[in-house]
Amino acid sequence: MNWIANYVRPRINSLFSKRDVPENLWTKCTECGTMLFHRELSQNANVCPNCDHHMNISPRDRLLTLFDNGKFTPIEIPKPINDPLGFKDQKKYPDRMKSAQKKTEADEAMLVAEGEIGRTKMIVAAQDFSFMGGSMGMYVGNAIIVACKLAVEKKCPLVLFSAAGGARMQEGILSLMQMPRTTVAVQLLKEAKLPFIVVLTNPTTGGVTASYAMLGDIQIAEPNALICFAGPRVIEQTIREKLPDGFQKAEYLLDHGMLDRVVHRKNLKEELVMLSRMLMGLNPAIKGDLPKPDSSENNE
Amino acid sequence: MQNYLEFERPLAEIEGKAAELRALAKTSEEMNVENEASALDKKAGDLLINLYENLTPWRKCQVARHPDRPHCKDYIDKLFQDYIPLSGDRNFADDHAVMGGIGRFNDQPVIVLGQEKGYDTKTRIERNFGMARPEGYRKAIRLMDLADRFNLPVITLVDTPGAYPGKGAEERGQSEAIARSTEKCLQIGVPLISIIIGEGGSGGAVAFATANRVIMLQHSIYSVISPEGCASILWKDAEKMREAAEALRLTAQDLLKLGVCDLIVEEPVGGAQRGRDVTIKAVGESIEIQLESLKGFDRKTLIADRRQRFLDLGEKGLTS
Ligand SMILES: [Zn+2]
Repeated sequence: MNWIANYVRPRINSLFSKRDVPENLWTKCTECGTMLFHRELSQNANVCPNCDHHMNISPRDRLLTLFDNGKFTPIEIPKPINDPLGFKDQKKYPDRMKSAQKKTEADEAMLVAEGEIGRTKMIVAAQDFSFMGGSMGMYVGNAIIVACKLAVEKKCPLVLFSAAGGARMQEGILSLMQMPRTTVAVQLLKEAKLPFIVVLTNPTTGGVTASYAMLGDIQIAEPNALICFAGPRVIEQTIREKLPDGFQKAEYLLDHGMLDRVVHRKNLKEELVMLSRMLMGLNPAIKGDLPKPDSSENNE
Repeated sequence: MQNYLEFERPLAEIEGKAAELRALAKTSEEMNVENEASALDKKAGDLLINLYENLTPWRKCQVARHPDRPHCKDYIDKLFQDYIPLSGDRNFADDHAVMGGIGRFNDQPVIVLGQEKGYDTKTRIERNFGMARPEGYRKAIRLMDLADRFNLPVITLVDTPGAYPGKGAEERGQSEAIARSTEKCLQIGVPLISIIIGEGGSGGAVAFATANRVIMLQHSIYSVISPEGCASILWKDAEKMREAAEALRLTAQDLLKLGVCDLIVEEPVGGAQRGRDVTIKAVGESIEIQLESLKGFDRKTLIADRRQRFLDLGEKGLTS
């Protein structure tokens, strides 16, 4: 079966136009405690203007900041079987799904899109931590397979933003099987000699870190992101001692040789473009202003 | 001395009584207890069959973790001749949680790998309870490369609670090591057969079990998370492990239906711990059949077969 035959395009970008940000709402920075207006925060790509803490950003907002003029084509992901195990804890899995969909206005925990960044064709996959902790189930697996195959078809790089607490327990073993499954997808990309750039964002843990999120040609992380296999609490319980400051944070991993770069969100776009173009053997990107966003399209 | 599981307590009582009677009979010649003792034997035998016929998922977990089950080392000792252990990851250390080496399986040279939990306090600590650190996965990668280079089939014996959650393990790249080991499993152009002999714990198991054929023992388990871990996260109560074990569908029987495992090797009545040699022999026969079924495939086909096996997973659920 051909996965990429299934996506529907081009869905209109205006579906993803900016939501109205209520001006009277504010958020407290989890790091420095500063009260920040939502508008101020969203203009700063969810980075605290006071302490530079990188807060979570929804895949949609991420893609809007990344793609030229905020224009991109979302790629449809084949839907897996709904609730394959008939899973029920204190709540039924389908009910958990419904409330996550309602809360995030997203179908699932990963968004895949195609478009140009710095006038460079790219596929981007972004994981949504606010959707059931970004957990990797069959849908996320399908999304990564589609993203890799599409990058191969379009002969362009794949940039993947990871954010997840790990595997989706409600899909049991089938979520665990996304570790080898997504690894197969990444191999297809590598065999086609196309760049796979992973940007690890806060938090990336468990089976996600132990599969596609650690298999990038280039490994970038956002500042202060928690990146680990086993979480700090589990480790403290096991070894019964206090962990060093900054343990499992991006900078700590960089020091221990696990990452190529820790990059501030505001510099990410430029760096992704430079890296991709060099790896692809393309000329340097044309610097300077790109055409202004088409206001009629973005403000429907 | 026999180790009884909690749910086997009634059995322990009956078998204990029979043993007591026989011990008593030895002290006086006039006593004839054989009739009574045999009746108890019969009762115990029936109860054992009964207990093991319908093991709940949580009881399966207990059986899968039973300390007297044959371990990786037992399989290697019995099934592989001329076994030579090969050590180290050439970077940092030799991980004793992972056994690995070269040996002959029915004359055919192979690479065998597996997690070993240890069988008493001393060896359990030495083996870190079968929880590998990055060095263990990197040793596995190295040995799979060796197998690939010399065209040797790889047999992996999976029995681990999971990868070790420790400070050093994290600092040395536990995630990366697991990811690369899974990747290596998918890249080698030789037959790769995995047997879940006890506990298939999460990513630590996947890194060994991304195989052409996945065999499970009848009472083994394979899961994304331990029932205790799942219970403490989803039920906020680690004591709800029975419910979690039920919900996770981690038994060999469910995994066969999902296509996660390809076949099940039956255990003797009362579990592998009550018939170690029979179990090891049955596993050997199963490996032999699976190796035979992959004979004659070229590198490309073996790799493609393995990839497709995993890409196709998830097309059938248990509810539909
Ligand atoms: Zn702040």
